[in-house]
Amino acid sequence: MNPTPALIIMVAAVFTNNILLANFLGMCSFLACSRQIDTAVGLGAAVVFVSTATVVLNHVIYYQVLVRWDIEYLQYIVFIAVIAAFVQLVEMFIERFSPVLYFSLGIFLPLITVNCAILGSSLFMVIREYSFAQAAGFGVGAGLGWALAIILMAGLRKKMLYSNVPRPFQGVPLVMIITGVMAMAFMGFTGMVSIQ
Amino acid sequence: MNEFLLPVGVLSVLFIGLAAMLIVAERVLINYGICAIDINEGEEDIEVEGGDTLLSVLYDHEIYIPSACGGKGTCGECKVTVDSGGGPVLPTETPLLTRRERRSGVRLGCQVKVREDMEVRMPEEYLHVEEFASTVDEVEMLTEDIRFIRMMLDEPEEINFRPGQYVQVQAPSSEGPVYRAYSISNADYEKDRVELIVKLIPGGIGSTYLHNVEPGDPVTFIGPFGDFYLDESPDTELVCVGGGCGMAPIRCIVHSVLKRQPERKVWMFFGARSLADTFYMKQWEELEEEYPNFNAIVALSDPDPDDNWEGETGFIHLSVDKYLDENTSRQAFLCGPPPMIEATTEVLQEKGLRPDQWYYDEFN
Repeated sequence: MNPTPALIIMVAAVFTNNILLANFLGMCSFLACSRQIDTAVGLGAAVVFVSTATVVLNHVIYYQVLVRWDIEYLQYIVFIAVIAAFVQLVEMFIERFSPVLYFSLGIFLPLITVNCAILGSSLFMVIREYSFAQAAGFGVGAGLGWALAIILMAGLRKKMLYSNVPRPFQGVPLVMIITGVMAMAFMGFTGMVSIQ
Repeated sequence: MNEFLLPVGVLSVLFIGLAAMLIVAERVLINYGICAIDINEGEEDIEVEGGDTLLSVLYDHEIYIPSACGGKGTCGECKVTVDSGGGPVLPTETPLLTRRERRSGVRLGCQVKVREDMEVRMPEEYLHVEEFASTVDEVEMLTEDIRFIRMMLDEPEEINFRPGQYVQVQAPSSEGPVYRAYSISNADYEKDRVELIVKLIPGGIGSTYLHNVEPGDPVTFIGPFGDFYLDESPDTELVCVGGGCGMAPIRCIVHSVLKRQPERKVWMFFGARSLADTFYMKQWEELEEEYPNFNAIVALSDPDPDDNWEGETGFIHLSVDKYLDENTSRQAFLCGPPPMIEATTEVLQEKGLRPDQWYYDEFN
């Protein structure tokens, strides 16, 4: 059993072990949807919800069903199915309550299903042997961390809108470089807490 | 045995559980109930099940607003004014709406979803668009991939249209009937028929359908649509520039105008790659002989050596530049691929035409 308190795990997942900046998971939608702050906030909120709900539900299914009957090898297909279902749910919800956000996220909303950050959090939860409370903290933290990174990036890209960027670096290359710099900046948090 | 049944059972229960959750969520979230749509301040009132696009519910109630792209949000034809109940303007609409249109509540019917009671305004003539049942009478391959189709009207028996207008043919697809727009190519005094000139687009739903109908087959279409108004003053020269199946509306305009105003000066420019891509060459020649003020100019951009072509070569806008003199009162109608339209409008501008004196119909 992992001895770290759930709250620490949550804070660590946001800052020191940020799933995007430390593990570089979930890069594709991060690069594509970080142009506008509104879109980034919307997608970030969707990821927080999906990540929290799926890590919690996957924890229950994994320990109560898969481990109990000795069929852990089904974890990938089970995790993905749960994630897909929750993404569908979020899609319906956003379409109903914010059509503008729905259309500006476009294909990247259903693609949360294959966002590696989401599956990654469920798999980390297994590898790191989190308890239920820890898993819940980690789910929230992983989602919040990803959302924080994409919102920061959207803010930076907005600032850069009028910068005179050399041609070869315009667009994605510059975003990649900035992501690297952001990751280094986040390394400054390393001493604060640490999780396994 | 158990080692197979258990995982299969677990997965089945899980998947059914998730599916049930989604079905319940759909019932709760995507249920808008019955919505009332008021058209043109009380002229028509319809009640529909919410959740579909405005375009599709209007079609279900036999109100045919134009839609050339079939609801994909690319043509911008299905504009209607939504006074209340449309929700915010969507990112898919903004490229096709001007700032003034956005302010006055113009929306794309194919993008707006019916979620609540709505008040909608649209041009009066949309309410008079009819559905026609017709029978294919004659088909002919004009070039390798362009087909001529004549349809005789069954019900109603007559169609009243202006030259340059188009109809939307109903074509079957895997997702139910879809509508695709084609220009009418017969003259406006031939009210008992609609003739189309259709290019086969590989994978295209409408063109594949129309390339496979045979004489005797029924075809359903709606129309007429289009906002081109011919300048009828006899002193205004008429310039028609087209390429490929863009000649369809031009054929209609030329025949209609010459019948009414035989003295009218009419220029027709037909751009094609080689002689094999041209059609009705004999008809154009006969028209030139019959009407002295009609000039048909065909230019080949890439003539085949076997064509023994002695006429104009190069892209069609070069011929337009060569033949037209400057500063004459003119109206121009262009129909063809975007590069042709762009190059030709530039030439027309140099010749002193204003943007309101030309009309174009662009297709890829």
